[in-house]
Amino acid sequence: MRVPGVGDTGEILDDGLGGLEHNFVTGSVENLVQWARSRSLWPATFGLACCAIEMMASGTAHYDLSRYGMEVFRASPRQADLMIVAGRVSQKMAPVLRQVYDQMMEPKWVISMGVCASSGGMFNNYAIVQGVDQIVPVDVYAPGCPPGPETLMHAIFTLHEQIQTGELVKRREASGGGAALMIEQRDGQTAGSSIGS
Amino acid sequence: MSTVEHDTADADAAEMATGHSVSRVHRRGDDSAVLRMSEAEAAQIGNDPSTYDDDERVLLNMGPSHPSTHGVLRLMLEMEGETVRRSKPVVGYLHTGMEKQAEQLTYLQGCTNVTRMDYASPLFTELAFSLATEKLLGIEVPERATWIRMLMCELNRMASHLLFMATNGMDLGAVGMMIYGWREREEVLRFLEKVTGLRMNHNYIRPGGVAADMHDGWEADIERLLELIPPRLEEYDILMTGQPIWRERLQGVGALNADEALALSATGPILRSTGFAWDLRRDDPYLAYPEVDFDVIVGSYGDCYDRYAIRLNEIRESMWIVEQILDNMPSGDYRVQDKKVTPPPRVRIDQSMEALIHHFKIFTEGYKVPEGETYAAVESPRGELGVYMVSDGTSKPYRMHVRGPSFINVQTMPHLMQNGLIADGVAIISSIDPIMGEVDR
Amino acid sequence: MSDDTSATDAAQSEEEGAPSGHDDNAGAGIRFGAIVEESLGDTVLHASVEQYLHTATAAHADGFALLVDLTAVDFLTYAGTRTLPDAVSAERFEVVTSLFNPQRRERIRIRVQVSAADAAVASMFDLWPGSELLEREVYDLFGIEFTDHPDMCRVLMPDDWVGHPLRKDYAVSSIPVQFKAASNIR
Repeated sequence: MRVPGVGDTGEILDDGLGGLEHNFVTGSVENLVQWARSRSLWPATFGLACCAIEMMASGTAHYDLSRYGMEVFRASPRQADLMIVAGRVSQKMAPVLRQVYDQMMEPKWVISMGVCASSGGMFNNYAIVQGVDQIVPVDVYAPGCPPGPETLMHAIFTLHEQIQTGELVKRREASGGGAALMIEQRDGQTAGSSIGS
Repeated sequence: MSTVEHDTADADAAEMATGHSVSRVHRRGDDSAVLRMSEAEAAQIGNDPSTYDDDERVLLNMGPSHPSTHGVLRLMLEMEGETVRRSKPVVGYLHTGMEKQAEQLTYLQGCTNVTRMDYASPLFTELAFSLATEKLLGIEVPERATWIRMLMCELNRMASHLLFMATNGMDLGAVGMMIYGWREREEVLRFLEKVTGLRMNHNYIRPGGVAADMHDGWEADIERLLELIPPRLEEYDILMTGQPIWRERLQGVGALNADEALALSATGPILRSTGFAWDLRRDDPYLAYPEVDFDVIVGSYGDCYDRYAIRLNEIRESMWIVEQILDNMPSGDYRVQDKKVTPPPRVRIDQSMEALIHHFKIFTEGYKVPEGETYAAVESPRGELGVYMVSDGTSKPYRMHVRGPSFINVQTMPHLMQNGLIADGVAIISSIDPIMGEVDR
Repeated sequence: MSDDTSATDAAQSEEEGAPSGHDDNAGAGIRFGAIVEESLGDTVLHASVEQYLHTATAAHADGFALLVDLTAVDFLTYAGTRTLPDAVSAERFEVVTSLFNPQRRERIRIRVQVSAADAAVASMFDLWPGSELLEREVYDLFGIEFTDHPDMCRVLMPDDWVGHPLRKDYAVSSIPVQFKAASNIR
C-alpha cells in the first residue's frame, strides 16, 4: 500500500504491539499539537464588508476551504480559533471587534483580510480605523481590495505553516503583539479559464 | 410557482392598491412596531427592571456580529416569548464616510469609492454615479458603451440575486443552497473578471463610458453562461420553490401591502412583491432598456416567498435581456471621444504632446465638471439606487449623496417582523436582502 | 443632451413646472406654494423653511406617494456662484427632498434653504414614514434637526460622537501616510 509521505508499506500487518516500528507514530507533544492546530483552524464569522463576500466564496465549492478543515465558520467566538477580519472596521464596530477577540479562547490567531483591515485601505478618514492592528494583534496581513479567494488561501497556508513550524510563536514574542506576516497577492489565476470548467 | 404574476412591459404600472390601511407604519408611540429606544434607556432597563412596565417582555440584542450573512446589522428586539413585538434596526457599524471621501476624490476616482457601497452589485452604483456625472457634464455616451453597460449590469444583477438565493437558503437551513448559489455566481464572476479585470468592485463603468472594451470571444462566453445557468435554476426550483418546508417557512411571513411599502419608501423586490409593478428599467428608463424586451416580475402577497420567487425569476429575465444584448450589440466606441473627459489611448501619449498633457491633467487634477445639481437613478437588485450630485465647477464633487435602497428598505424590517417568531425574523432580514455597505456608506 | 446648466437657466427665468395643472397658487413659476426652477431636465421647487411642510403636504395630496430621498448640502466652501431664483435667499445648508409620483411618473425635488443659526426644518414623518432614517442621517451628519421627528438621534455615528462629519468645517481627518520609499515623512 502506498502511503503519501511515507512510502511503500507493503501489506498492512495486523500484529499490534508486536510491530511497534510500523504501528505507532511518535513525535514530540509540541509537534503533534502544532500539527493538529494548523489542520483544524475554525474561523470566527467576522465578515464586515466586501471581503466577507470573498471569504464566503473561499468557503464554497469552487475554492473549498473544507479541504483544510476550515469550512465551519463558527458564529460563537468561544468555538473559534481564527478571526479573519474581513472588511473595513468603523469607529462604531471597533469595540465589538475587540469584544469578540477577547471572547475567543487561546490559542487564537488573526488574519487581517484586505487593505481596509490592514491599514484603513482607501478610506483614510474619520470613520474607519486605520488598521485593525490598532485593536487586535494581527498575525497575517492579506492585501487586496478585495483579496480573491486565492490570496486568502495563501494567507491561510502561510499561517498554517507558521503554526506548524512554531515560527509564529517566535515572531509573536519578538514583536510583542501579532506575528505581522505580510504576504503578496495571488489572484487572477483562474482568469484565463473558460466558463463552466 | 403560484404566487408570481408576470406584468408585461406595456401594461400600465401605476395602479395603487386601495382599501388598505397604512396607519400601522405611521404610528409614533409604543403601539408602533418600531422600538424607538436609545442605548442609554435600554441599558437602564438592565439596571433597574422596574423602569420597564411590561413583565412579559424582554429586550434582546441580535448582532452586529451574528451568523446571518447580512453583514453588520444589529437588531434590538423586544420579545414576548418567541414572538417579536417591537424592534429597532441599529445601523452604522459599517459607516465608512464614503460621501465625505467622495469630496476628496476626482470624478474619475469617484467610481472606486462608490463601487464599494453595494458590494454585491457594484456596477450599479458605478452606473448611477457615472450617469449623474454625465448629466452634469452634458456629454452623451456612445451606443456601444451603453449596451456594454447594460450587459454588465444585468450580469451583475444575476450575480447579486444568486448571492441572495445562496444566503437566503443558508439562513433558512438549506445549507446546500449556499454551495449551489455560489457555484453559479463563480461562473458569472469569471466572466466579469475577464472583462473588467476584477471579480468584485470593478471600477469599470466610468463617466464617459466603460474602462475597456469587451474581450475577444465574449460572445462565446456569454452563450456558454446562458447554457449553463437555466438547468441549475431548475435545480433550485426542485430544492426550494415547490418544497413544502420552504413554503411553510416563507409563505405568509413578513407580509406588507403596497400602500405601506410606498409610505416606507421601499423599492425593488419588496415593493414589487406587494403587487405594485414598479421597475425603473421600464417606468423611468435609462441606458437602452426601451430597446430590449423583458417582463417586470410582480408578486401578490408581499411576503417573503414572493420576494424569493421574484428574485429567482429576475435571474431568468436578466438572462433573457443578456441574450437580446448578445444579438444586438452595436459596434463603436466604448467611451466618449471627448478629450477633456476620456484619457487618450496609451499609444497616443508617445506621439502627441497634447495627449500627454490631457492624460496628465485627467489623472492628476481631474476634469472639471460644470456647476449644477442633479439626480440620477437606476434599478439595482435592491431597489432604486440614486445618486444626488452637486458640482461647484471644480474637479471633485462638492456633494455626492447616494440614495441606497438598502438603507431605506431596512425601515420596513420592524413592521414585517412584528408579531412573528424570531425564526421568521431571520427569514425576513434575508428576504429584504440588505447590503450593509450601502446602508451605512 | 445640451450643455446648458441650471446656472444659466435659473438666473434668467423661472419656468413652469411639470405637465400637470395642479398648481396651488395660480401664476407662472409657482407650484404647491414654492418657486419652480428647471435643473438639467429635473423640476426643482424652492421652498422656504416655513413653506416646506405646506409644499410637501400639497405634493403628497397631489399624488407624490413615494419619498425617494432626503438629504442635505453644506454650502460653506462652495467654489462656484450659487444661482438661486431671486426670491430665494441662500443659506449655508440646503435640505433636498426628492419625491416621486407613480401615477404620472413624475419626479420633483424640493430644496429648502436652512440657516446655520437655526438649523431646523419640519419632519416629513407624518406624510412619508420612510423619511425616518433619512432625517436621522441628515441630523447625524449635518446637525440639522427635524421638528416633530419621532426619534431624533444619531444613526450612523456612535451615539456619543461629537460633531457632524459631513459639514464642510469638519475635517476628513485623514492621517498622514508614510511611504516606504519616501525619504521624508509626509
